[in-house]
This record gives sequence, C-alpha cells and structure tokens, in this order.
Amino acid sequence: MFVIIEKTHCTGCEACQASCPVGAIEIDGGIATITDKCTCCGACVEECPVQAIKLENENNNIAPAKEAFHLGAYQGVWVFAELRQGTIMNIALELLGEGRKLADTLGVELGAVLIGNKVEPLAQDLFAYGADVVYLVENAELENYRTESYCAALEKLIKTYKPEILLIGATNIGRDLGPRLAGRVRTGLTADCTVLDIDTEKRLLNQTRPAFGGNIMATIICPDTRPQLATVRSGVMKKATPDFNRTGRIIKAIYPPDVKVRTIVRDIVKEAKKIVNLEEAQIIVSGGRGVGGPEGFKLLEEVAARLGAIVGASRGAVDSGWIPSNHQVGQTGKTVHPKLYIACGISGAIQHLAGMQHSSVIVAINKNSSAPIFKIADYGIVGDLFKVLPALLDTLKEITNGNKESSAI
Amino acid sequence: MQIIVCLKQVPNTNEVKFDTKTGTLIRDGVASIINPDDRNALEEAIRLKELKGGTVTAITMGPPQADYALREALAMGADEAILLSDRAFAGADTWATSLTLAQAIKKIGHYDLIFCGRQAIDGDTAQVGPELAEHLDLPQVTYVKKIISMDSDKAVVERALEDGYEVIEVTLPAVLTAVKELNTPRYATTSGIVDAFDVKKITVWGMTQLDIATGLVGLNASPTKVKRTFSPAVKGDVKFLTGSIKETVQTLLKELQAKHVL
Repeated sequence: MFVIIEKTHCTGCEACQASCPVGAIEIDGGIATITDKCTCCGACVEECPVQAIKLENENNNIAPAKEAFHLGAYQGVWVFAELRQGTIMNIALELLGEGRKLADTLGVELGAVLIGNKVEPLAQDLFAYGADVVYLVENAELENYRTESYCAALEKLIKTYKPEILLIGATNIGRDLGPRLAGRVRTGLTADCTVLDIDTEKRLLNQTRPAFGGNIMATIICPDTRPQLATVRSGVMKKATPDFNRTGRIIKAIYPPDVKVRTIVRDIVKEAKKIVNLEEAQIIVSGGRGVGGPEGFKLLEEVAARLGAIVGASRGAVDSGWIPSNHQVGQTGKTVHPKLYIACGISGAIQHLAGMQHSSVIVAINKNSSAPIFKIADYGIVGDLFKVLPALLDTLKEITNGNKESSAI
Repeated sequence: MQIIVCLKQVPNTNEVKFDTKTGTLIRDGVASIINPDDRNALEEAIRLKELKGGTVTAITMGPPQADYALREALAMGADEAILLSDRAFAGADTWATSLTLAQAIKKIGHYDLIFCGRQAIDGDTAQVGPELAEHLDLPQVTYVKKIISMDSDKAVVERALEDGYEVIEVTLPAVLTAVKELNTPRYATTSGIVDAFDVKKITVWGMTQLDIATGLVGLNASPTKVKRTFSPAVKGDVKFLTGSIKETVQTLLKELQAKHVL
C-alpha cells in the first residue's frame, strides 16, 4: 500500500500538501513528492483537483478478517443497551433514536441488545424508544459488566442473528467492549462517530468522525465484514419521543456455559464528585486559559448559577488544573449541544470547537478579536471577561430584582 | 517482571492550528511526540520494574522516524526497544495494527504484563489495546487509573468510570491501558539520553522477521477504509457587540431573549 503521484499530471498546486494530516507531502520542483511520514490515509487522493494521486495496493490478498462474510446474510440494525446498576443509560436511548432512522432507511428491524441479570422488565422502555426486537441474555454471571462475559454474550448473539450494524455508546464500558468484540468477530469498528448515514446504493454505513484532535473529519466505511460496528458519544444523537404503547418481540438467548472470564469486579465505587451533566445542559458557561486560574472559574460559576447553567472548560483550563476534567468540553472531553454556549477566555482550538460547535447560539467573550472562537460564534464581545461578566451579573440581578426600576431590558 | 509497553508516535495535535481562511491545517514546526497516555503506560511499567525487577520492552509500529519515540522511551528507562517498520504495514487500521503488534509480542515470547495507553491523540479510538488483548487471548483492563497490587499471577487495579471507578482483579498475563491519572511521567536524565542514543540499540522488525503473510498486515488486513476526509464545517457571520460594557451586555441579553435561549 503506497501513494503514487503521477508526475505528468501534477500541477504543483499544493492542495494535497494542505490536506495531508501528517505533513508527508513536499513540493519539489513544482511537483508533489511523498515522504516517509506518509501513513497512506488517502486524504490527498480526495483533495487532488487533477486526479494525479493514487493509492496503490501491492497485492490483493484477502485478509482473514474478510473471509466468510456473506454480506447478504447480515440484516438489521442493533443497539447495545448499556446498563449501569440495572438502569438503562441515556446513550442507549439516543442510539435507539439514531438506529431507528438507519433501520427505516434500510427497511429492516431495529434490535436492542439487553444483557444483565433479571433485566427483562427494561425491554418495555427499549420498545418505547424505538426497538422492534429486544435480544435478551440473562445470567447471574452478567450482573456487572465484565469484558469477557459481555463479549461472549454478544458474540453468540451476532453469530446467531447476524445484524448488519451494531451501535455502541462510547462510554468507558462501550469503549472497552466494542474493540474487544471487533477483534473477536473479526470486523471493523469506528470510534466516536458524530454522523451516521446509509449509502443506499452500496448498503453501507457511512461513519463520520473527527480525527487529529478534530482538525479533520473522516468518513469511514467497513465494506467487507459484518457487523459494521460504530461507537457514538453521549449527547451526539437525539432520543426519539417515547411511545409507551409501542410493543415488540423479545428473543431470549442463552449465555454460553463455558465462557472464560479472567477478571473479578471487587467493587464499584461512586465518587462523591459533583456530577457534571454537560451533555444535557441547556446553557453552558465555559472558560479557557483566559480565565487565568481557579478563582476566575468562581466568577463563571456565579454567572452559571444565575443563568441555571453548567460550567464547562477547555482542555487548556483543565490541563492547568484549574477545574476538574469532568467539566471539559471538546474532542477529548464532552460533546455538547446546548441552546446557549458562552465561551469566556477560550481562544477556540479546533479540539474545543469539535465539542461545542453544534450549540444553537454561541457567545464568545475574548480579549483578542482574531481568536478563532469568533469564527463560529453568533455573538462576539471583544473585551476583558473580568469586566464583561460582572456587568452581565449586575444586569441579570437587576432583571430578577424586578426590572421596573431598571431600564436594562 | 517482563513488561511490554506499546507506544505510538503522534503529531502534537495541541500545536496544530487551523487556517480559517483556507480551511487547512497549519503544521509547520509541529513536533512528533510519544502519545501522552502511552507515556503514562511507560512510566508505570518502569516503576513496576524498579519495584519488582525485570525488564521493560518498548514497542512501536510506524515509519522509520518512529525510532525517535523509542529513543525517548529508552532514555526514560526502558531496557529494550523494538520498531515494527515495513512499507507493507502502512495504511493499517486498529484491527490490522493490533494484529501486527500481537505477532511481534508472540515473537518476543515471555511477558507478564502488556501496557498500552488508553488512546492516541491523533485518532482517539482507544481500540488497539482491547484488540491486541483479543488477538493474544489475554484478559484486559482498560482505563487503569491506579495499581493497587501486582503479584506474579494477578493484579488488582482501579478502572476509571465516568462517575467513579471499579476495583478489578485480573489474572496475568494481561493487557492494561493507562489513563493520565495513573502517574506523572518522569523526564529522561542526561545519562539516560546519552545511553538511549549512543549505547542502547533498537531492534527493527519487518515482514521477514515477523514471518507474517502480506494479507495480514497494513491496508489489506484492515476491515475499515477511509472513504473521504474533509475539513470541519466552519460557521461564520459573528455579530460583534460594541459600546460601553453596560450597553454591550444589555444588547446581548436582549438578543438572547429575542432568540428564546434565555
């Protein structure tokens, strides 16, 4: 596998150089050349306006991962219904909302995989949120999530019922299970997808995700193996409105008797730290390096309290230790889509924008008028957040104190 | 203890800037680094070696210049380093990458523990660790934030969850993936750096040394394919609010109320 540049076609336009995520292209004598840094990602092939770049296969050997997948035998869209302490995670309901659309486009059933101990009553909720079928595996061994027991249960289900697509939440459990399962059933997995849609002609799942810290977006396909596995972070997809009159079929499957499980969950500890539910927040007041320190975040908290908002932060602020990492918004933090996002002292690194650009209304407060955050903001205030936020607080207080005497609004 | 640490050399994405005019990346002068989580994995492996004795072998798959990441690992305290490099490995997705790593680890033979970082900052997939564990038929614990005990046949670790952690006992050998809470990685010492570049050697393995079929590596063995890549869409049309600070915040609040977001 390597990238070839057709020297007679290349115009030296440098488009490929700009598109290369690893900086592997140099323009030498008006012609692009590929250096050793090339990872064969193919980004340049797409970008070349004169089709002078090709990806060449050294051979066409079939990998073992691709053998014996009769694609036509795989049908249906599945969602892994992740539980914690016997409760369905929000992410599972969001995935059902998305899975419903994919299943309808493909004209197939939407299945939910429910694994646990005495969890059958939860099936009704899965039907309400869109599932046609619930694949149920119950066993005392499945009380808590463990990699090998859950992987074995899913492997058995997949081999028996052959879904074409399986969506898993990109939680600390889903990101443990997904790749283990992909390795087991020899199929591809795309992590942290932000957009899923169907190429109806080829009957393939287009899995779009950010890469390089959100600097580029990539659409990944899994053409030859099944199921097509994707993980999605919470807050990215939308739940459907539940219909509790909806019903469906429950298919009970047996937990294989001879599963090798080499881990023991000795304890599950809930930490007393405040739960920061950024994904479901309607308003977020977020701070970056411009906040200057933990004291600065106290001011943000005051504003947030007044607005009924939750405090978010950029990676810079979290890495500086000013605020715990569960407040982090961005590619390596949380993906949020509130109706209002107020970015204070955040310059707007791509990795941050990747997590919040889908907010309905974005307000940016920054001293530097050329900060990238203003490129995606709806409203910009060029100024010192330590002057703007107190003024904002005062005005908000005036409003709540009965705005008769105030001419503010 | 024989510990193997899997590393990835990555571009420092924190330094990558975006040119909003042209919609392209500005990478001039962006350095390659050892992936941050992998550095935590390496640090923990070195600490365990210091406590229990044994060796730490750092392994990476990548182009020839990934050699530099291994030199850094040696400078921090790894004893041996193996670079898996062959043009045939290029274009590998996580499935194929983990299979090549597994093949190399089988060739190394004896090991008690394999450490990886949770995820790399360029791809953010967190997939290679669990896929490697599956290919080697080993138990795995991901998101390891603390090692409570480490015996010859089992370990007890804390695995981070979103709202707390699990205490997990795992039989060895096993694959563990490290998160940044696990430790603070050390800096290389001057003598470590000198040793890494002048004394210690890096072993390079390609297709021949791994004795692996071409269909099992690189893009050929990758179930996923990149269909297209593109720049993220950028919004525009920011409305700058001006005037005195008082006027500015009043205008802002009026606008937000008009849009029904307040």
